[in-house]
Amino acid sequence: MRYVLKKTATMLITLLAVSLFLFVSFQLISGDPATRMLGTGATPERLEALREELGLNDALLVRYVRWLASFVRGDPGISYVYRQPVASLLGAKIPVTLALALMSFALTCLVGFPAGLYTAKYAGSALDRIVMVLNQAIMAVPPFFAGILISWAFGTVLRLFSPGAYVSYETSVPRFLGYLVFPSIALALPRAAQLAKLLRGAILEESGKNYARTAYSRGNNTDGVLFGHLLKNAFLPVLTFLGMSLANLLAGSLIVESIFNIPGISSILLSSIGNRDYPVILAAVMWIAVFIIAINLLVDILYAVLDPRIDGE
Amino acid sequence: MRMKQTRRNPLAFIDTLPNPKLFRMGALITAAIVLLVLIGLVWMPYEPTAMSADQMQGISASHLLGTDKMGRDILSRVMYGSRITLVVALGTMVIGAGLGVLIGAATGFYGGMADEIVMRIMDGLFAFPNVLLALVVVSLLGSSTVHMIWALGIAFIPSFTRVVRSEYIRCKHLDYVKNARLQGASDARVIFVHILPNVSGVLLSNLMIGFNNAVLAEAGLSFLGIGSQPPYASLGQMISDAQAYFFEVPTAVLGPGLVIVLLVLSFSLMGEGLRSAAKELD
Amino acid sequence: MASLTFAASPTPLLEIRDLHLEFHDHDRPEVAVEDFNLTVEAGEIVGIVGESGSGKSMTAMAIAGLLNRHALERSGHIFFDGVDLLHCDRATLRRYQGNDIAIIFQEPMTSLDPLQRIGRQVEEALRIHHRELSADARYDIALRAMEAAGLSDVERVYRMYPHELSGGMRQRVMIAAATISRPKILIADEPTTALDVTIQAQIIALLREINAEHGTAIIFISHDLSLVRQLCHRVVVMKEGRIVETNTAREVLLHPREDYTKMLIDAIPRVEL
Repeated sequence: MRYVLKKTATMLITLLAVSLFLFVSFQLISGDPATRMLGTGATPERLEALREELGLNDALLVRYVRWLASFVRGDPGISYVYRQPVASLLGAKIPVTLALALMSFALTCLVGFPAGLYTAKYAGSALDRIVMVLNQAIMAVPPFFAGILISWAFGTVLRLFSPGAYVSYETSVPRFLGYLVFPSIALALPRAAQLAKLLRGAILEESGKNYARTAYSRGNNTDGVLFGHLLKNAFLPVLTFLGMSLANLLAGSLIVESIFNIPGISSILLSSIGNRDYPVILAAVMWIAVFIIAINLLVDILYAVLDPRIDGE
Repeated sequence: MRMKQTRRNPLAFIDTLPNPKLFRMGALITAAIVLLVLIGLVWMPYEPTAMSADQMQGISASHLLGTDKMGRDILSRVMYGSRITLVVALGTMVIGAGLGVLIGAATGFYGGMADEIVMRIMDGLFAFPNVLLALVVVSLLGSSTVHMIWALGIAFIPSFTRVVRSEYIRCKHLDYVKNARLQGASDARVIFVHILPNVSGVLLSNLMIGFNNAVLAEAGLSFLGIGSQPPYASLGQMISDAQAYFFEVPTAVLGPGLVIVLLVLSFSLMGEGLRSAAKELD
Repeated sequence: MASLTFAASPTPLLEIRDLHLEFHDHDRPEVAVEDFNLTVEAGEIVGIVGESGSGKSMTAMAIAGLLNRHALERSGHIFFDGVDLLHCDRATLRRYQGNDIAIIFQEPMTSLDPLQRIGRQVEEALRIHHRELSADARYDIALRAMEAAGLSDVERVYRMYPHELSGGMRQRVMIAAATISRPKILIADEPTTALDVTIQAQIIALLREINAEHGTAIIFISHDLSLVRQLCHRVVVMKEGRIVETNTAREVLLHPREDYTKMLIDAIPRVEL
């Protein structure tokens, strides 16, 4: 329990540090928001009035706290470019990106785990060698390239789906998910290959340890040793990878969204970067940071649950 | 009596590697790509930015990979784009590994409070995907090739720092370090002359993996339009521009795409060649 | 001091004939064990002594069926229960492993699965070889085995994890797990080498007790002749893969025939008669 609390505290501190760093960095770069919003032709009085209204004349720390509070409330400021609340620009899009990332993660595990397990079990065989070479090849394919190929192959040629015909989750959840399957495949493939390779390596590493020998000495067959002992031990180093890979999938989602015409945060984030619309960039990046740090906390907690050597409950 | 002069083949070391066949295959493909880029430094079939009226042509004798929407020769653009990709990936490694090694060596060797703080920051950074860190840096600094190198370089520092640091922590108590100190070696000397060569094996392995990740990260970011700006396009950007007419001119996407895949694959093969043979389960 | 002499019977429990084990994974083949012959009668305790690299552990692994099957050339016979363990199929071997033939190892710290509770590991052989037992029956048998191995507060220990126990306790757990299905022969590969001297004596006493109470034959491997003398009926001295001397424990120690044996005796740290 103590461990969990300690990790949660660390997480919150990290979030605060990240938010402070981001806020200050963007503030330093951003120049005068009032001029951005009203244009250079505006009169000094109007500019000053807007600055007062936005509270821009307060100290940096005060502005930071105010922003942080507004972020936590779910209303992190106003876009320079669109003059709308950031929340309305990002709001509907975040769940879409999240859904894509999570679905890719599920696919990664669904493919990667069995692949890793069976290549470990049949290590050295012809099948294992083929899969390993395949893995290398798949890992070398960037998700956006795979995305274009998949979109063409399954969409245009095989007509399994209509590329670009995105279905919102508000219209129909099953069709929404069905549409997301194909970009998820593009994202999941290289990660699944990595997972398989890592799991295989971890299992083989464990198989050389003394407790594996003990397990055989009791009369276990290969499956007994593999599933009864090796797998759980091998899972621990893999767990860290899984956490990182979910974060990476989030980043990857941003990249493939455009190929499949998915309205996630990718397009708004990119255009904000192009427009230097800092409130939007700040909020989006902050959201991603929260997500990633939360995943890491989850991984840490799972570690404590699975490994009795760590001071858990 | 005359001693027979034996010719030392500099490539003989390949046979001493755990898996020479894979290494050779990987090295061959890498060499081919590097050759392509090097040739591109002095000669390309066409000027990469030269537009022409021959738009959207398929493979032909005059344009080996066809032309894109603006009539530019794809092969030339691939040669140029590969150059950018390689430069960014190498630059990223120089910054990421260079600074990572320095920080990791220092913090691992000296330890203490500074070590704690640095590692906490590194751990925090490490949790974030390279692409996202680079996005943040680029959004702060602006989009260009140089900024991209810095952005990705900074994103790669944590992983190198961790690896090097743990190696230094492991090595600093070993006998040869104690010997060196007894002989009066300064700290700097111990760090660079004595321990660093022993760390180089692990470092090399991480460099190769890092290179691959850098190539993929740069490709992804340039696909999004971040990094080198048009018309001087990197491979990722070429793919992004060409995806709309993939059906008509597939080489516009496949050309740059395959270069990325081959580059990463070849480095992976070399990396695998350095690693020992597969074990078996029982 | 064990001084029983076991008459060679026509049907020994274990008969090793012309055992020859050779490594082939480097350029030159490396002989690990050569011309090894040994019979073990039911209830007998045989010690195999030698320095590291003498081949004693290899022999133990061969009997226990734990030889890594790759890059190893083997010839000869290991007869047990009418079966040649060296040349039978895996399934047959598995019927004996953990059941009639059990083994405990040198490193108790790493020989247990760190993520599994003690009780479950002690019961493992029962789960594999006596599937007719109910969970409750297994639990009772496990507790009793742990008690017999000298552990106290066994119900608590049952639920603990390996890292919570000391080296000596872990070795006792290994013994409990190994003896739980009443093996006919127990191979002890340097079981006390990694333990404190005080614990060593306790483990030796425990092994003697197991032999006395259940008639379990023991093959005790060690480099420490003094321990061998305390426990074994017969001793086999190995050097570089070959047997150099074999006799009753008393004879080997009082009247060693080979120089090598004499050297090993001289190496005993304590002065004993």
